[in-house]
Amino acid sequence: MAGGHDHAHDHAHAHHHKESFITKYIFSQDHKMIAKQYLVTAIIMGIIGIGLSALFRLKLGWPDTQFPILETLLGSEAAPNGELQSNWYLGLVTMHGTIMVFFVLTGGLSGTFSNLLIPLQIGARDMASGLLNMVSYWLFFLSSVIMVASLFVETGPASAGWTIYPPLSALEEAQPGSGLGMTLWLLSMTIFVASSLLGGINYIVTILNLRTKGMKMTRLPLTIWTFFVTAVLGLLSFPVLVSAVVLLLMDRGMDTSFYLSEITTSSGQLAQTGGSPILYEHLFWFLGHPEVYIVLLPALGISSEVIATSARKPIFGYRAMIGSILAIGFLSFIVWAHHMFVTGMSPFLGSVFTFTTLLIAIPSAVKVFNYITTLWRGNIKFTPAMMFCIGMVSTFISGGVTGIILADSALDISKHDTYFVVGHFHIVMGMSAILAMFAGVYHWFPKLYGKMMNKKLGYAHFWLTIISGYGVFLPMHFTGEGGLPRRYYENTAFPMFDHMVDLNELISVFALIGVLGQVLFFFNFFYSAYRGPRATKNPWRATTLEWTTPVDHVHGNWPGALPEVHRWPYDYSKPGWDEDFVPQDVPLKPDEEEH
Amino acid sequence: MAGHAQEVDAATAWGGDGSPFKLSYGKQMMWFFLLSDALTFGGLLCAYGYFRHQYDSWPVGEEVFNAMPFLGNGFPLLYVALMTFILIVSSVTMVLAVEAGHRLDKPAVIKWLTLTVIGGFFFVGSQAWEWYHFIHGSHFGATLTSEGWATVSSLIMEGDIVKEVSLNFGHGKELAGAEALAVYDPHAATIFGANMVQNEYAPMIPQFANLFFFITGFHGFHVLSGVVINLIILINVRKGVYDKRGHFEMVEKVGLYWHFVDLVWVFVFTFFYLV
Repeated sequence: MAGGHDHAHDHAHAHHHKESFITKYIFSQDHKMIAKQYLVTAIIMGIIGIGLSALFRLKLGWPDTQFPILETLLGSEAAPNGELQSNWYLGLVTMHGTIMVFFVLTGGLSGTFSNLLIPLQIGARDMASGLLNMVSYWLFFLSSVIMVASLFVETGPASAGWTIYPPLSALEEAQPGSGLGMTLWLLSMTIFVASSLLGGINYIVTILNLRTKGMKMTRLPLTIWTFFVTAVLGLLSFPVLVSAVVLLLMDRGMDTSFYLSEITTSSGQLAQTGGSPILYEHLFWFLGHPEVYIVLLPALGISSEVIATSARKPIFGYRAMIGSILAIGFLSFIVWAHHMFVTGMSPFLGSVFTFTTLLIAIPSAVKVFNYITTLWRGNIKFTPAMMFCIGMVSTFISGGVTGIILADSALDISKHDTYFVVGHFHIVMGMSAILAMFAGVYHWFPKLYGKMMNKKLGYAHFWLTIISGYGVFLPMHFTGEGGLPRRYYENTAFPMFDHMVDLNELISVFALIGVLGQVLFFFNFFYSAYRGPRATKNPWRATTLEWTTPVDHVHGNWPGALPEVHRWPYDYSKPGWDEDFVPQDVPLKPDEEEH
Repeated sequence: MAGHAQEVDAATAWGGDGSPFKLSYGKQMMWFFLLSDALTFGGLLCAYGYFRHQYDSWPVGEEVFNAMPFLGNGFPLLYVALMTFILIVSSVTMVLAVEAGHRLDKPAVIKWLTLTVIGGFFFVGSQAWEWYHFIHGSHFGATLTSEGWATVSSLIMEGDIVKEVSLNFGHGKELAGAEALAVYDPHAATIFGANMVQNEYAPMIPQFANLFFFITGFHGFHVLSGVVINLIILINVRKGVYDKRGHFEMVEKVGLYWHFVDLVWVFVFTFFYLV
């Protein structure tokens, strides 16, 4: 380790092109710096995203109470006398969804960990194209700024829900947020797609082309496999969102009739005829469903890595894991219409999509059982990262089970657009991905900042997060079962939901606890980045290549030659070795079998 | 230290395994970009299929696109066939440019790339003419008769009195003489050409013109950017940038893009003109 440090030190002096502040910290082409930029941007977006949810949960939990803080934060237009207005309620819900799905769990999760881990774990000096990588981040940054800026528009942000169905999104007069707020949303997402395209192409090509000697595809850590499939999914699904969005832009600005038909507004009958919002739904969900796995797969990859490392056991069923990642990736493209069971589609078609959707349960179950069998009789080290991963396995199961219910076109009809759906996807996609993202930060923080995060705060953060998370989303299944529709501004307007008042209040209490609990994380993150104890080279005693690099970042990752890979990444507790882990760059003993 | 020289030198930094397809990363990136772009066009063409399926009738390509520059109407699909032919020939010249690049034959690369750029310009210009003609429409436009919408093929009037009219209802149904006079009303609604709200080719189907403008426009935008990129590469070739580099791989990369744009046109052409 000391040697690594000396190398880094010499390196700083021997460097030919000394980096200025701007090329090192701002327009950096180094994947490690870009990963940190993604992470910090995602954390800031995350603070905004979950902050918004806390604001609208106030309204849902205590509908008749005035909260002066809302007026302070949102202004007198949005919340006069502390009463959140309905159009702003919808705006907050929309922005919460958009920011969390796209900016935190897509851009943030993939952007951070793909950038950090792909070159480090495959043994490459950097990404295939550092320039494109940098451009990708700055487009992401730009789109984040535009999305946040839309919150400050006088008429409010986009308010049509994160799925922006027309006509709410297509007609400027539909609601206040359909004007400038919607335009900014569309602009921001277009830039976001460009960013994700550049990033995705780079990840794929780096994984295919820049693996170090001996790093066969079947010796890749599962993190890399998931980043790879995630990038492919993004590459194939985001362009279809582009098609949907450009047609929407035409409807908004050029009077075309793609999604609009025979609509009468206060200014009279519109000229558009024959358009169909269902077309938009098809195009949107062709992206929208793979998007779920774009969010989830990196989370599964991070858990595979952390669980194997912390259980001190090889991951159970490595090849089955790869197979299930590929199967999930493939199936995610042929299930999109399960979001549209109530659009009046043919029941036969519905049964086809029910079938394909249920098929996803198979590879998902393979993954879950492999996690459990990896944990089984392991020498488990309950690090904060491991706690979060076990939590992730838990939410993946409990959220996945309700997915089976929703996948059935007949059962879905009574659950569609209720809080049951909200509870389901927040547990299986939201919580699972967020928990794994936290796990990734706790686990790779030494690699990101060369420091260790505080463990006690980490445990407190974990328990607050998982308890409040379940506290928020489990009761939603009951309210949804009772018919409570999602996205409604006032549940108290309907006597049939009167008995859910207390439950909604409980959900809001847990939501506020959960949001406040994240303060522990933000504090821990920023404090540790500056004041945390210095990390050792391989603090978790892991086998993968990133732990063979020096603690202080070196441009080019390894001071000397690139490491050569001789074994798969999960040689934990291997018989015949003194240590309970064998790094990938250690050659096989003469009579040793690979695994 | 020996290790450090290796670390900062980008050319020798790479010491890993070979690429699975023996492709450079740049060429692979282009392939993946094209895959992604294909999905965008796929989405748009699915939208086309959606509307095509939604309506019972759809205008016939031969009847809508039957004009030649300077020669007038009566040449079904001839001009678009010429455009398509030129575009495909420009793909051939692109192949020859790439092949010349493999031989490091700079003058041949310049020759074939120049021809490709000219072909591309011709295509974009032709598309502009097609659009102009499509927007402008026929001389008498389409009118609402008592038998439904019809295009007026010919009309002779004396003052306010209709002497002779012939009507084309599309799909082979035509009326002339007394039959046409009986259903024709000179004061009925008439549409000339096409815009986003209505078009004379399919007065009840705004999507026909919407999709035509959008999809051929989106493709034309691709062709135009391809022409610009080809021009930039052509300038670089002339300046000797790739001689210094020792290979003409950039020509090959833009060639991939150019072939892709041609391939997409085959689909667009099939959907809008042939079927």
